[in-house]
Amino acid sequence: MRRNLGPVYTMPMALWITAFFVVPIAIIAVCSFLAKGTYGGVIGRFSLDAYASLANSGLAVVALKTLVQSAAATIFTLVLAIPASYYIARSRYKNALLFLVIIPFWTNFLIRIYAWIAILGTNGFLNGFLVSTGVLSTPVQFLYNQYAVITVLVYTYLPFAILPLYATIEKFDFTLIEAAQDLGATKTQAMMRVLLPNIRPGIITAILFTFIPAFGQYAVPQLVGGRDSFMLGNIIARELTVSRNLPLSSSISVVLTLVTMAGVLLFVKLQAKASKKIRPVQEAE
Amino acid sequence: MTNPIKRVPILSRKGFLVKGSQVTLRNVSKHFGEFCAVRDVSLEIAKGEFFSLLGPSGCGKTTILRIVAGFEDPTQGDVLLDGASVLSLPSNKRHVNTVFQSYALFPHLSVFENVAFPLRLKKTAASEISDRVGHYLRLVKLDSHMSKMPAQLSGGQKQRVAIARALINEPSVLLLDEPLSALDAKLRQHMLIELDAIHDEVGITFIYVTHDQQEAISVSDRVAVMNEGSVLQVGAPGQVYETPANHFIATFIGETNLLEGKVLSVKNGIAMISSDAGALRAAARQGVSEGDTVHCAVRPEKVRISKMKPASGEHENCVEGTVDEMIYTGFLTKFFVKTTSGTVFKAFRQEAGAAAAEEAIQCGDSVYLLWHPADAFIVEVKKA
Repeated sequence: MRRNLGPVYTMPMALWITAFFVVPIAIIAVCSFLAKGTYGGVIGRFSLDAYASLANSGLAVVALKTLVQSAAATIFTLVLAIPASYYIARSRYKNALLFLVIIPFWTNFLIRIYAWIAILGTNGFLNGFLVSTGVLSTPVQFLYNQYAVITVLVYTYLPFAILPLYATIEKFDFTLIEAAQDLGATKTQAMMRVLLPNIRPGIITAILFTFIPAFGQYAVPQLVGGRDSFMLGNIIARELTVSRNLPLSSSISVVLTLVTMAGVLLFVKLQAKASKKIRPVQEAE
Repeated sequence: MTNPIKRVPILSRKGFLVKGSQVTLRNVSKHFGEFCAVRDVSLEIAKGEFFSLLGPSGCGKTTILRIVAGFEDPTQGDVLLDGASVLSLPSNKRHVNTVFQSYALFPHLSVFENVAFPLRLKKTAASEISDRVGHYLRLVKLDSHMSKMPAQLSGGQKQRVAIARALINEPSVLLLDEPLSALDAKLRQHMLIELDAIHDEVGITFIYVTHDQQEAISVSDRVAVMNEGSVLQVGAPGQVYETPANHFIATFIGETNLLEGKVLSVKNGIAMISSDAGALRAAARQGVSEGDTVHCAVRPEKVRISKMKPASGEHENCVEGTVDEMIYTGFLTKFFVKTTSGTVFKAFRQEAGAAAAEEAIQCGDSVYLLWHPADAFIVEVKKA
């Protein structure tokens, strides 16, 4: 009899996740239900003050802003990622192109955001180009607004959308596109009615990989955003470092985590439903 | 009114009403880089014809189909439907539909929606859609599986859905790309008969691509035999089988005994040939004359095998040998007979009950092979 060593093998992973993920989240959750200390920190008394102040602190506006910016970033990312991954999947140079998609990961994320500042800033490359070609007479400030935030978010999450989409499109049977055209569909109709429904699992994964991390972004709005584009992540940081209100920042984190989790569950459910529909059942006849 | 069109219904070989289009290929060539897939092919396919393109894999038959469907542009030449060039039309504008080798059913749509797909594109009214889809699903005997998903169907059922879907637009030409190759032998036979029935029912032009000579010759009105991008022979199945234009066709279609020899004389349409297996007589085709080197073919089923030496007849060919091997296939026994000169001859004998009992032949027996000169034909001539 061979022993099932599964629990033993998964133990290191379980310990790691518990120590560095579950425990911190639990600490945050506990903090959110405690009262605020006078000089920062918390005092050991149960309090719902933090949750009460969630309602009136103008957080709803920031939450809505965060939602709009993440949603916009997700939509633009998909619009760019679907054709890009389609092209890569059909290209003869698949591997080289995938390599190009992965290359940005070799550079630190913050450095890449600073690169965007160098591109979009008033003395940046884009302004330099537009002024020297005479499109603009004086440099324009492209940074520190929500458009800069969305642009950099799209840039950041594009590879995370391209990779799962590529994996799905690569398995797609391109004869189906020909079949649709043969039956009278234009190229666009074939893409909309045949390609998109069949790469749905890839699209859902791309949405999850883009929307969820974008929703919790901190660095991008902090560095390229302005007053109009602060996101929940920035509020959490501000409450923690400036206002030194640990329970409030914790309560925002808890709500953010719960909302994101609900989103994930909803999408996973949708995905399961979509794939169940086209999963092969045993051969009939 | 100069030329009043007289509407005379055209009837097919079997007396069915013929619709569909005439398909013309004019000097079509297709190159993929250095590789020449189709070489100067010209074909004239009649309205309502069941026309087969037959050849080994890689011979360019599927490329021709894809050119007619509009998935590939020919490097040279023209494709015409009813006399008008269709090269400038994309595939979705051509009145031609395809049944794909892999069926290409949309996995996210039910059987009904797969067949309804072309109608939904045209925004046809819902009631008309259900009428027409119902009609075509009944035609392919799948009306009871409408709501199933493609993944729930067997290979044969998927095939039927693909056919119904390709027919629902009422195309004037139906292209079939090796439609039966993924089915098992028994089902293939059955589907072939059904395809033939569907062809009779809808009466449109069918262009059928296959590498299976049995399929091609059993249902087609005419067959074009292809190899290495060229069309070698076009003709009725019987014609292609009985009088193959060359050595390749003789061996590709059916089984053949092929002999090389020199023509000694030609008299009354019969050529005397000296070959390794001895002196032979074969029906001489036009242009064969004394001194030519020829390939002469005789089908194994036309060779009689006997242990008894026949009375010498002037018009019979007779070769002596020993049975090297025999394969019993049920209704047919295949004998491989080695002649004294070392050539191996194939002779097939149908096991018609009593005949088999009459003369049992076993491996190692010495036998005589006999065939009529008219059953031997000259397939290739090298002039002296």
